[in-house]
Amino acid sequence: MKNSNIQKSLSRFKENGFLFSELVKRDFKKKYKRTYLGMLWSVLSPLLTLLVMSIVFKNFFGRSMEHYTIYLFCGNIVFSFFNDATSGGMSSLLANSAIFTKINVPKYLFLFSRNISSLINFGLTFAVFIVFCIIDGITFTFGFFALLIPIICLIVFNIGVGLILSALFVFFRDMQYLWSVFTMLLMYMSAIFYTTDSFGEFENLFLLNPLFVYIKYFRIIVIDNSFPSIQYNLLAVGYAAIAFLIGALIYKKCNHKFLYYV
Amino acid sequence: MAENKNEKPILRLDNVSIRYISGDFKEIGIKEFLIRKITRKYQVKEFWADRNVSFSINRGDMLGIIGTNGAGKSTLLKAISGIMVPTEGYVECNGKIAALLELGSGFDGDLTVKENTYLRGAMLGYTRKFMDETYDEIIKFAELEEYQERAFKHLSSGMKSRLAFSIASLVEPDILILDEVLSVGDGAFRAKSEAKMKSIIQGGATTILVSHSIPQVRAMCNKILWLDHGKQITFGDDVKLICDEYEKYLKTKVLPDFKAIAEQKKKAAQQATAPKAVTPAKVIPTANANTSAKETAATNAPSTQATTNQNTTETKN
Repeated sequence: MKNSNIQKSLSRFKENGFLFSELVKRDFKKKYKRTYLGMLWSVLSPLLTLLVMSIVFKNFFGRSMEHYTIYLFCGNIVFSFFNDATSGGMSSLLANSAIFTKINVPKYLFLFSRNISSLINFGLTFAVFIVFCIIDGITFTFGFFALLIPIICLIVFNIGVGLILSALFVFFRDMQYLWSVFTMLLMYMSAIFYTTDSFGEFENLFLLNPLFVYIKYFRIIVIDNSFPSIQYNLLAVGYAAIAFLIGALIYKKCNHKFLYYV
Repeated sequence: MAENKNEKPILRLDNVSIRYISGDFKEIGIKEFLIRKITRKYQVKEFWADRNVSFSINRGDMLGIIGTNGAGKSTLLKAISGIMVPTEGYVECNGKIAALLELGSGFDGDLTVKENTYLRGAMLGYTRKFMDETYDEIIKFAELEEYQERAFKHLSSGMKSRLAFSIASLVEPDILILDEVLSVGDGAFRAKSEAKMKSIIQGGATTILVSHSIPQVRAMCNKILWLDHGKQITFGDDVKLICDEYEKYLKTKVLPDFKAIAEQKKKAAQQATAPKAVTPAKVIPTANANTSAKETAATNAPSTQATTNQNTTETKN
């Protein structure tokens, strides 16, 4: 029974493959419309943020630390992927209301396609990240492939949070203001530019923050050149699964209500 | 109708009601909600866009939905096409639906005509292969050959609806829903789109047409559903009678009583040519007649209320 259900949704997704690719194309084209540098901005804007941050913080935190730029970059790349995917994803459903009030299409496709363009951005930034690692003299091992784990978790986590936010945003437009404040708070709490060593016994509280978990995962692999414990992996996967499940449930429940509030 | 008796109706609506809620806390925002809650002014208004609408149509039917503005026509179409789920009742549909609702909307103004064509095609469930094959045909039909790389927002509204019609009419849907579609475009295009639609209908498609043009409804439809403020005034296949009454209503603003009209008509028909005009199912003058008529009514059930009425009045006499 359950199997056939999954098969059904899979075949529904396959049927909509063409629509999905067209939506992705549209989102991507629209994003860089009327910009001179176009897609180059995907690489430039995180680099500029990184530049600002390293100028500001290097004197405070960087002195005592090796690979501080990479340390910063790990935090930055994860956080900006999250921020881009969720902030953009939040409005994805409402922005397409003209479509789903006229045509019967699966509504989650809009969020998914928005997430794909964030992912492409992330991919470009990631390439730059690798270049920085080489410049900074980080030794590459096969362990680097383990980065796929936090990346996949992060993608699922972003989709989950995006599902929750985009549904809430249809009902409460206040969300976009609340969310921008919240992401700022989150940024300061994710230890992007500082280290958590000085917090002593409270250090473990950081693990309550899913973003910190993913950022630290990156750092463990790239800077420490080791692999996180099983528990740590479970935590990373768990956060993604919970976010995705909640989001999917909300969509399932509200699927037919969205239309009344657009 | 006789040959359709045992066929499953392609579309059946059973007591469909759709309710809109306005003023609940999701709509007014958190601040306003709290203020109203404190001042005890918080209340939710509900509004039934459609109330207990029931009908069924068979393959090949052309249904015209008429009614003044705000009668609930477009909302009903949304329920039929699966965009909305009825608050009460249910919609049973046995076929693929292509809906042309409020043409021109749902396109992306920033994308070009070509990109929009592909996007819309994808939304309507076409495959990429199908779009590659038929793209030229679509553009040719919409007469937009010179505008393919133009941004969609730079088209005129007539061109927009021409494109929308051309894309949606390409499929061979089982049910084609047209909401005010035929009143768009210039005279030449209107003739062309009517011809196109006729060919779709002749291909066996069932069509639902919403129109304020009564002559058009008279010319094209074989069944009529009349809605007024969400209520179903009548549903039947007597196109001429219903259209006449509707035109009368537009002048006088008095809703006709179709039950009374049906009875009157029945009596008149009986007095004029007594047994001849009656259909075979209803002539049996025994006590069984009552049940058999009810049975036919049941198998026929959703087809028309008017016939059911006639059957029962018939057997009573």
